[in-house]
Amino acid sequence: MARIAGIDLPKNKRGEIGLTYIFGIGRSRAQRILTEAGIDFNKKVNEWNDDEQNAIRKIVNDNFKVEGGLRSEVALNIKRLTDIGSYRGIRHRNGLPVRGQRTKTNSRTRKGKRKTVANKKKVTK
Amino acid sequence: MARSLKKGPFIDHNLEKKVTQMNESNKKTVLKTWARRSVIYPEMVGHTFAVHNGNKFIPVYCTENMVGHKLGEFAATRSFKGHSGNNKK
Repeated sequence: MARIAGIDLPKNKRGEIGLTYIFGIGRSRAQRILTEAGIDFNKKVNEWNDDEQNAIRKIVNDNFKVEGGLRSEVALNIKRLTDIGSYRGIRHRNGLPVRGQRTKTNSRTRKGKRKTVANKKKVTK
Repeated sequence: MARSLKKGPFIDHNLEKKVTQMNESNKKTVLKTWARRSVIYPEMVGHTFAVHNGNKFIPVYCTENMVGHKLGEFAATRSFKGHSGNNKK
């Protein structure tokens, strides 16, 4: 079992994919890590030996901010925006899209499930 | 798309002149400005600006955290008061 950056990686996935289960590591970073460690992308996570695991762990620790550290950094950035009262901060506070997207329709990811207004008259013809 | 680094941050010339004047004479007055597009730069920290939002002037006090943002970000141009019949909350 490979344990890197405080989380267990899925055993039966290819190394390239398995590493992306760490918050802050996607496909391109996973590939960079594996090439630097000299491990084949297709090698499964449970086939890594201790040396390889340590090499990966070292690369991740030295180069990247992942998991908790990254999450808190993101939260801090958002908090800074809300504290200074900027437009982006206010959008974060209200749970609306921040980067100028339309809100007449869509933007359900930010707004959550549709809240239907009762007794709203339908247009009849 | 982000602004080219070659150009540096955009600072409204008139505003810059007034701020340097204020810093030299150590005065602190509220500056009325329409230059919402101007970046807040370090010399502006501690001053208050009355930023136009299209209707009236909103007082914006510049702090260190605001450096690099634009003045307009702190004076909202729209006021959404909520939908009718949405009395909850």
